[in-house]
Amino acid sequence: MLPEIEQYFRLEKLPHMWCPGCGNGIILHSLVKAIDKLCLDQDRTTIVSGIGCAARASGYLDFDTLHTTHGRALAFATGVKFAKPELNVFVLTGDGDCTAIGGNHFIHAARRNINLTTIVFNNNIYGMTGGQYSPMTPNSCRATTSPYGNLERPFNLTDLAIAAGATFVARTTTYHAKQLTDLIIEGYKNKGFSLIEVITHCPTSFGRQNKMGTPADMLKWQRDHGISAMRYENLTPEERADKFIVGVLHKTEAPEYTTEYQKLLEKLG
Amino acid sequence: MSTEPRLVQGNEACAEGAIYAGMRFYAGYPITPSTEIAEILARRLPQVGGKFLQMEDEIASMAAIIGGSLTGAKVMTATSGPGFSLKQENIGYACMAEIPCVIANVQRLGPSTGVATAPAQGDVMQARWGTHGDHPIIALTPSSVKEAFELTVRAFNLAEQFRVPVILLMDEVVGHMREKVTLPQPGDLPVVDRVKPTCSRENYYPYKADSDKTPPMACFGEGYRYHVTGLFHDESGFATEKPEIIDWQLKRLHEKINQHLDEIITYSSEETADADLVVIAYGGTARAVSRAVKLARQEGHKVGVFRPQTIWPFPEAAIGELAASGKKLLVAEMNYGQLLLEVQRVAAGRCEVHSCLQSNGELTLPDVILTKIREVYEHAPGN
Ligand SMILES: Cc1ncc(C[n+]2csc(CCOP(=O)(O)OP(=O)(O)O)c2C)c(N)n1
Ligand code: SF4
Ligand SMILES: [Mg+2]
Repeated sequence: MLPEIEQYFRLEKLPHMWCPGCGNGIILHSLVKAIDKLCLDQDRTTIVSGIGCAARASGYLDFDTLHTTHGRALAFATGVKFAKPELNVFVLTGDGDCTAIGGNHFIHAARRNINLTTIVFNNNIYGMTGGQYSPMTPNSCRATTSPYGNLERPFNLTDLAIAAGATFVARTTTYHAKQLTDLIIEGYKNKGFSLIEVITHCPTSFGRQNKMGTPADMLKWQRDHGISAMRYENLTPEERADKFIVGVLHKTEAPEYTTEYQKLLEKLG
Repeated sequence: MSTEPRLVQGNEACAEGAIYAGMRFYAGYPITPSTEIAEILARRLPQVGGKFLQMEDEIASMAAIIGGSLTGAKVMTATSGPGFSLKQENIGYACMAEIPCVIANVQRLGPSTGVATAPAQGDVMQARWGTHGDHPIIALTPSSVKEAFELTVRAFNLAEQFRVPVILLMDEVVGHMREKVTLPQPGDLPVVDRVKPTCSRENYYPYKADSDKTPPMACFGEGYRYHVTGLFHDESGFATEKPEIIDWQLKRLHEKINQHLDEIITYSSEETADADLVVIAYGGTARAVSRAVKLARQEGHKVGVFRPQTIWPFPEAAIGELAASGKKLLVAEMNYGQLLLEVQRVAAGRCEVHSCLQSNGELTLPDVILTKIREVYEHAPGN
């Protein structure tokens, strides 16, 4: 581990519990690099996570860390941020955690535009419980609960975030780890609700069932399918079919909830 | 606050009691018959620099207050029947992670949507066992407007002292009733704040307790940088599956309450000394019982009232004493017999246990209870 990021880890809690080849560690690495570049005060930064493989990340990080209940990370984080707006609050959540059981909290946190930087670890599956399909599992993909292929359609998470009112929305992959750091930095700087979807490889629960090959193969898949908006523009509709844009997808300004509340307090006080 | 007596609603007394106790963070979702608590706090909290948050549902409300509490705020949510059901998972989280918070449940008739505006006391067992797994719980149950204020303050004191969720088990009768009261002035009632660590970060073990079994609680943002989880954890707060540590934690969670039952359990007894029949009742029902007992006394029956203010932990010692003295017991409640089960368990055959149960959306009237009292006397052996 690079010495400049060691200080952000609870080294005595390592090695982590993730499978060999899991993408979650890459996201964690990009996150602490972003925190380091932002020079955030470690004592004034809180990491909130839900339940799942992804959500275990909070335990390895040396901040105030809150490992909550399944799906509810954003609701807990809303409480922390609203009670003490001066804290920097990051939310780490899985695709199932965020979009299935936690879907309601997700759209409402976005709607309030509360200043939370949310990183969704999208491995397209319920990893922790052994590979059942999630609302982010692509149609026709295999999971233990879709043994004949998934009949449901997945969310487009970033579109959902934009529609719900998030003021910063971005997507990338674990292959694009450097870009991820930049996106987290930009998301943090946005004074409002920021969503960063990270497509991460889960060789154990998703990859194996869907014949995605080795973790390296899965990273290559991300490289070949996740492309910049500029490259995407130049593709034909057929070429676009299995591609997705990585980078910033949406950026706008809107009143931030805790700031608005503070104004109310000042008016009444 | 005015020193003049004024007409106050039970829910208003609860909201004002919470502010009196130092509550400055509320999150909730509206539901009859608890909604006034939210409405009053939406207006009042910003006036005192507090935070009011209307969340998207009760699950989120419960989650948000836990988050708020971790930053050091005294926190509360209020709800009724269906909403109380939704809060259960995160109430368990607060038990496990030892997060002080108060949950007011203004009970209404269930199951399910039931009757939104009808009085009932059907959540007694849910308050005790609603969340999964073994855990102790504190639940208080007021039976007047004044007591709604006082027990709300007490609920916060207990939550802060023992780092637990405390359930304020109101009912529609007490929540919506108006009485002329003078609300306490600052200083009249004790207000307790949680104990914070004084040690350095290196020496802080968030779940290590002294003999009183409740560990000091650090605020997020104050440099302790600790971990909070609903998984079983050791003294450092990190997850474990070791049976001996699980044992240690679960025992401590129980002991921190069980070692302090004398402080936690309060009740009132009226005319129980010479009584040969004691009516046990709480909340809205206790009011009708008081009236019925007065009438029964006029008829020459020696009847008393035992009214628990702390319903959980169950006032086992006091009820055990009544049972051991051979007095007959009559439990009156607006459900199909929930506290009754506890009374029967504690009486353990040592005395007769009767019941006056009603769960049809109507308040049990004094007459109904009086009739039951007469019945107990008529059927007494030797009559
Ligand atoms: C209320 C509740 N329901 C179900 C579960 C079981 N459960 C734990 S993790 C999980 C899925 C997690 O999937 P995701 O959020 O995508 O995270 P991943 O493990 O894939 O990183 C489920 C269903 C739970 N812990 N709590
Ligand atoms: S199951 Fe998948 S997401 Fe979970 S640790 Fe293993 S590889 Fe990672
Ligand atoms: Mg997942």
